[in-house]
Amino acid sequence: MNTIGKILSNINRQVIYLLVFLVVATPMILGIKAKVTITEPVKKAYDFIDSLPPGSFILIGIDYGPSTFPEMNPMLYAILRHAFSKNLKVGILALQNAVNIPIGAQVLRQVAKEYHKKYGIDYVNLGYKPGWDAVIVSIGREIRDVFPEDAFGTPLDSLPITRNIHSYDDIALVIDLASGGTWASWIQFAQARFGVPVIIGVTAVMGPESYPYLQSGQIKGLIAGLKGAAEYETLIHHPYMGVRGMPAQSGVHLLIILLILLGNLGYILQKKRKEV
Amino acid sequence: MIETIGIWLAAFFTLSIFSFLYKDNPFYKIAEHLYVGISAAFWLIYVWSFTVYPLLVKPMIEKGLWGSNAVLWIPLIFSIMMLFRLVPRYGWISRWPMAFTVGLGAGLGLTGAIQGILFPQMRATVLDLWVKNNPLVTINNWLLIIGVITTIFYFFFSQEHKGAFGKVARVGIAFIMISFGASFGFTVMARVSILIGRVGFLLGDWLHLIK
Repeated sequence: MNTIGKILSNINRQVIYLLVFLVVATPMILGIKAKVTITEPVKKAYDFIDSLPPGSFILIGIDYGPSTFPEMNPMLYAILRHAFSKNLKVGILALQNAVNIPIGAQVLRQVAKEYHKKYGIDYVNLGYKPGWDAVIVSIGREIRDVFPEDAFGTPLDSLPITRNIHSYDDIALVIDLASGGTWASWIQFAQARFGVPVIIGVTAVMGPESYPYLQSGQIKGLIAGLKGAAEYETLIHHPYMGVRGMPAQSGVHLLIILLILLGNLGYILQKKRKEV
Repeated sequence: MIETIGIWLAAFFTLSIFSFLYKDNPFYKIAEHLYVGISAAFWLIYVWSFTVYPLLVKPMIEKGLWGSNAVLWIPLIFSIMMLFRLVPRYGWISRWPMAFTVGLGAGLGLTGAIQGILFPQMRATVLDLWVKNNPLVTINNWLLIIGVITTIFYFFFSQEHKGAFGKVARVGIAFIMISFGASFGFTVMARVSILIGRVGFLLGDWLHLIK
């Protein structure tokens, strides 16, 4: 008993890493699928976007970078596919970091191509502006004060999509896909002060702290982590990176639970032995 | 061709960083030092290219510092004042722009917090304690209200957590612990997601084992 307890309490960490790698890689190589159940926060986000009339302008904040790319990019793909399938007009901008814009622009270009959408008519890239609190407040007055031009230097008045966009009154929805603090500023300033509907997509780490805003009705929906992205992909019937990652995600969670149980069992067995 | 080189480089550095899981080694060290060096250079160029040049230097060159551009004197002077931090004897000059930044942040933060967090969140806690024909919502509302009140009790540090007060605060601790548990679970999920992304890159983009 003591030997078993010792073994269980002292599993080599390299063995654990190898197990985690195998549990992640195997379902991907074998193409194993997992059922994705839809939760209310994601359904609310989907329903709100689905209810927008065609031609509505939505603003998407690309506020995540390469470090959270695997969690956040699937969300952007799913939301853009939904938006373009509903013929919504899309504008992207970055307030947290300038490097986020190329990430968002790449996805935007790819999805726009899938749906035969044209730059300047159906979608626009506004680029990056520092000082997010001030920028969010300024958009409430006149978007041209902070974004006189798009990311390529074209004045907003020259683009059909932005010609009539001036403030939050002309924006049907703001979606912030964030791995930092920008989502809170969109709620505090754009939603609370100007009343524009806000949906947030955040990393799983930030999920729990965002839930109170859903309960209070300050946000119309919440997508958290890769699981949230997988749910959205399921809702739009377009399984992609999120759904593909779910079997690995569930597998590692099961492995972690098993390891916690084994570690505790080992500890109890060793403790009992000492008591005897 | 360039894309292929990029993928191979990314795969090499991903594996170099992963190699630390076995033990520290030269490959990890190379990746780590390159990362630190590139980051330092990147942020220097970044601040110039995305903040200083487009918001200050470019408008100054194009339209000068008069008329509607006269407002640029403020960031220009503050920037110069901030640089005095590098001269210990005149370092006190940098406190002025620093005070401006702190004041601006506090002002924006305070109004945002009151208008966007405090009041809406307080309003969201005013709930029906009896919802007809819906016991689950009733239980949920009770849990929410008890959770909020007992947690606030826990954060009263001006009174010793003893007697009835201590018992209420202890209930608050239970709610806080549940919240920590949820946060930890979500954190694990996030880290695993990032690993899935990297493994997906290695198996898909690099080795073409998955589509």
